[in-house]
Amino acid sequence: MALETLIDSLPQLLNGLGVTLGLTAFGILLGTSAGILLAIGRSYGPRPLAYPILIFEKVFRGIPLLVLFFLIYFGLTQLGISFDAFTSAVIGLGLRSAAYQAQIYRGSINSIPVGQINAAYSLGMSKLKAIRYVILPQMLRISIPGWSNEFTILLKDTSLAFGIGVIELMRQGRYIQVRDPSLVLPVFLLIAAIYFVLVFTANKTLRVVEKKYQMAGFQAEAHR
Amino acid sequence: MSMLEVKDIHKTYCNVEVLKGVSFTMEKEQTKVIIGPSGTGKSTLLRCINQLSPPDKGEVWLDGEEITSPKADINRIREKIGFVFQEFNLFTHLTALRNISIGLEKVKKIDKETAQKRALEELRRVGLEKQASQYPAQLSGGQKQRVGIARALAMDPDIILFDEPTSALDPELIGDVLDVMKSLAGKVAMLVVTHEMGFARNVADEIIFMEGGYIVEQGPPKEMFTNAKTQRAREFLGRIGALYGGD
Repeated sequence: MALETLIDSLPQLLNGLGVTLGLTAFGILLGTSAGILLAIGRSYGPRPLAYPILIFEKVFRGIPLLVLFFLIYFGLTQLGISFDAFTSAVIGLGLRSAAYQAQIYRGSINSIPVGQINAAYSLGMSKLKAIRYVILPQMLRISIPGWSNEFTILLKDTSLAFGIGVIELMRQGRYIQVRDPSLVLPVFLLIAAIYFVLVFTANKTLRVVEKKYQMAGFQAEAHR
Repeated sequence: MSMLEVKDIHKTYCNVEVLKGVSFTMEKEQTKVIIGPSGTGKSTLLRCINQLSPPDKGEVWLDGEEITSPKADINRIREKIGFVFQEFNLFTHLTALRNISIGLEKVKKIDKETAQKRALEELRRVGLEKQASQYPAQLSGGQKQRVGIARALAMDPDIILFDEPTSALDPELIGDVLDVMKSLAGKVAMLVVTHEMGFARNVADEIIFMEGGYIVEQGPPKEMFTNAKTQRAREFLGRIGALYGGD
């Protein structure tokens, strides 16, 4: 009997999965674009820009995600700013991820020999061109392993949006559990499996991308 | 008026005055070699010329334009000043060919196909057309440096600055790089910081001896090697000549 009810609730879980994927996609998009800008701004921007970026990174790496969600979704309404739950979750996920990703990119930037930007300048490239054509392509390649981590963490942390009422995978599971408490173990096992498969697939795919774009001279595997 | 005029350049790093008023001129297609003990500001002088580290005081003029002026468009001017680095500084993520064509494409706005054709010609000129699709990590030091020279050449500069181009190379690889540089003599102006006395003696139109942030003496290699006026130049050339030889 339990199996039938579980199968009946599959469409509901798929709905939730769609929302989870939406949160992940928008969250990582915001996190990645903001993270790149923060890292470039901190490394190459004018000095006064480095401090606000540093503060941003410290703040958003220092607050638990659920607290961040509550601040954005409930807290900001007191200031007359209100977002729906989904948007609040995307902003929270995105800003926190940006703070972490900025660190990943900064590490990558620091591993590019400074002489290369001098070489770019010597060809007559502006700072912007040097960043665009010399720094950015190398920074992104070196960042793939770190970014893969960040991506899977963000994917799993979308489940915290449960806390502000986003009807994602986790909340759909909770609805099913409330309707039929006997399903609690199978439903959450199923949800766990779904997250696991998503993360596993993402990691596998990103590993292929990493290998495809690996730069000559960076293959540590050669020394295994 | 000379093609390049360097007037009274001063530069201080971390409270140490590295350049204490350096002036000289260069003509079109001339080759000058700067020699002198380590830490006398030779590399700094090159970086002051193309403004990688702008001088604190003094002027640099190229083709009648003051490039040290705050109004100067330094990116446009740097197109005319090639730079070859001791550590090569090739772009890690690009093939030898793309290392050369990227400046043509993104700075000179030449279409990709023409730029790569041009880049291949430059690679041929330095004897590396077979290495076109290899990445810097797959090249030897000497090959990297020849790509570095081709990269500078492709921009069709008025002058190329060489900052100890062979100092990071194994002795057996130095020859190929020097051969390429010799082949350029008289075609493009070259200002070369080096310890290669053979090159200085045979290729340079003039030798500049620097020490302690000043130009101590300058003159044609024949005079400098056999009949330097200053005691310091004689000592230095004697010592380094014994070390590095020179034919």
